[in-house]
Amino acid sequence: MRRKGVNYSKYGYIFTFPFVLAFLIFSLYPILYTAVIGFTDMKGLIPKPIHIMENPFQNFKDLIFDNPSFRKSLFNTGLLWITNFIPQMVLALLLTAWFTNRRLNIKGQGVFKVLLYMPNIITASTIAILFSTMFSYPMGPINSLFQTLGWSDAPIFFLQDKTTARGIVSFIQFWMWYGNTMIILIAGVMGINPALFESAAIDGANGIQTFFRITLPSLRTILLFTLITSMVGGLTMFDIPQLFLLGGPDDSTLTTSMFIYGQAFKGSFMYNRAAAASMLMFGIAAILSGLLFYLMRDRDAAKLKKAEKKYRTEKAAQAAVREV
Amino acid sequence: MATIQKSGTANRKIIKTIIYIVCILLAVLSILPFWIMFVNATRSTPEIQSGLSLLPSTHMMSNLRVLLDKSFDPIQGFLNSFIISSAATLCTVYFSSLAAYGLVTYNWRLRGPFFTFIMCVMLIPSQASAIGFYQFMYKLHWTNNFLPLILPAIAAPAVVFFMRQYLLATLSLEIVEASRVDGSGEFSTFNRIILPLMMPAVATQAIFAFVANWNNLFMPLILLTQKEKYTMPIMVSLLRGDIYRVEFGSIYMGLALTALPLFVVYFLLSRYIIAGVALGGVKE
Repeated sequence: MRRKGVNYSKYGYIFTFPFVLAFLIFSLYPILYTAVIGFTDMKGLIPKPIHIMENPFQNFKDLIFDNPSFRKSLFNTGLLWITNFIPQMVLALLLTAWFTNRRLNIKGQGVFKVLLYMPNIITASTIAILFSTMFSYPMGPINSLFQTLGWSDAPIFFLQDKTTARGIVSFIQFWMWYGNTMIILIAGVMGINPALFESAAIDGANGIQTFFRITLPSLRTILLFTLITSMVGGLTMFDIPQLFLLGGPDDSTLTTSMFIYGQAFKGSFMYNRAAAASMLMFGIAAILSGLLFYLMRDRDAAKLKKAEKKYRTEKAAQAAVREV
Repeated sequence: MATIQKSGTANRKIIKTIIYIVCILLAVLSILPFWIMFVNATRSTPEIQSGLSLLPSTHMMSNLRVLLDKSFDPIQGFLNSFIISSAATLCTVYFSSLAAYGLVTYNWRLRGPFFTFIMCVMLIPSQASAIGFYQFMYKLHWTNNFLPLILPAIAAPAVVFFMRQYLLATLSLEIVEASRVDGSGEFSTFNRIILPLMMPAVATQAIFAFVANWNNLFMPLILLTQKEKYTMPIMVSLLRGDIYRVEFGSIYMGLALTALPLFVVYFLLSRYIIAGVALGGVKE
């Protein structure tokens, strides 16, 4: 039986067309263009025609083997990410365990969530300048605080010390993001089947056991999601270190994004080197995304599909047999 | 038995007290830097240098005057940021909803591949394509133009993903069928019936898209070189410059002015924002 009908499938193409068009023009083409520039000798203020170098991988080779500044920027990016992610995760998990523990029944969670998330919404540029002003030398709010509390006699030049500067940058990142992570994790715990917690309580598990045996394993997907989005975010870290100390002291807070920006847009116009660095960054982000995609693919749905397919082919085979 | 229970509740009381103290300390840590910022915006530079205070003073207007004297134009920055962020947000939510609706409602051959493609490009950082993007815009003579900051917002993979999840959970195809029977075209069905139904999701995504565009520094910093085109975050970066080296009062004033709109928006919409963050995490 055939029903007279209109085929609507073309609207699927029409409705997604603006997205595809904008993606092709503003994302895909620039990425390919960047990749091509990475193989050329394009530098200087006035853009020259594309000219691929004799050894196309020269820029990449130079960056990886002969550019200490680039290697340092990669190292700094990794270091700044790890030193903010680990405390951020620990604190977010701790707060999640507290806020979702029904026996403790913590009041005022709404207010705490609003306040702990607040730094995330404020412009990172504003926060970076605010912190650099607060740590200013010889007189600034933090120096005054230290002297009032008797922690130091003379003013301290905080921002001249590499470790302190890095520590403050990671602290700002940590401070801006732990509230966000906490809210995501709490939502994840809310999504766990309450029967699991009930049966754990009946079996006599205490709060710590419940957290490690039930809550954490159930949060696996969300933890991975947070990990990888945070890694890609950390890889592109720019605003805070750029405006906090412009990468100093002695390049100790120079990140990869700042390296790219510095090479291309701060007077040296080394577009080819910046493009090659961008491509290396893109490669790392692509590997991370691939990992996320692989880990988050819906295993149950895939299994179901497989079973359904098998069922269908069996049925088709049966039908074929019957027809014969 | 009774004593065990008693010591248990006593223990719990101690633990609860510790938890409240930690939470309150963290809340103070969130507020304090901004408090210092707003207070110092009202204090004169000598006052600021003489020590920390948590109470406002009376030099707000003189700080503002010094700030505005030095070619710091927060109103222009605010307008530029507002134009870019509003236009980009409209593009993002409208075209993402449209694409998500196309993904959910119609049965087209490339539907599966298109969804996979969206998943794949979701995490591409804009910094990775910045050099090619800049050269491309330079050739089009689109630097110092707002369009390259607005039009790319049409393709927002993460928002399409979110909208698709929302539609899968809420949309019943019978509504679409019914409107077809009533003779409504596909586009007007989307605009008149589906889009209003999607409003909760649209509002959430609009808030986040707006804030992300408002706070964006990297792309505007690359593309905009004329002073009258500067957005708010670029303006903030000027406060670091040598012209304010000794004028701490006006630096804090500038920072406070750039942060104030966000505080107002946040406290008006905090309930929706927190709910939106929570949704973002369980979207997979």
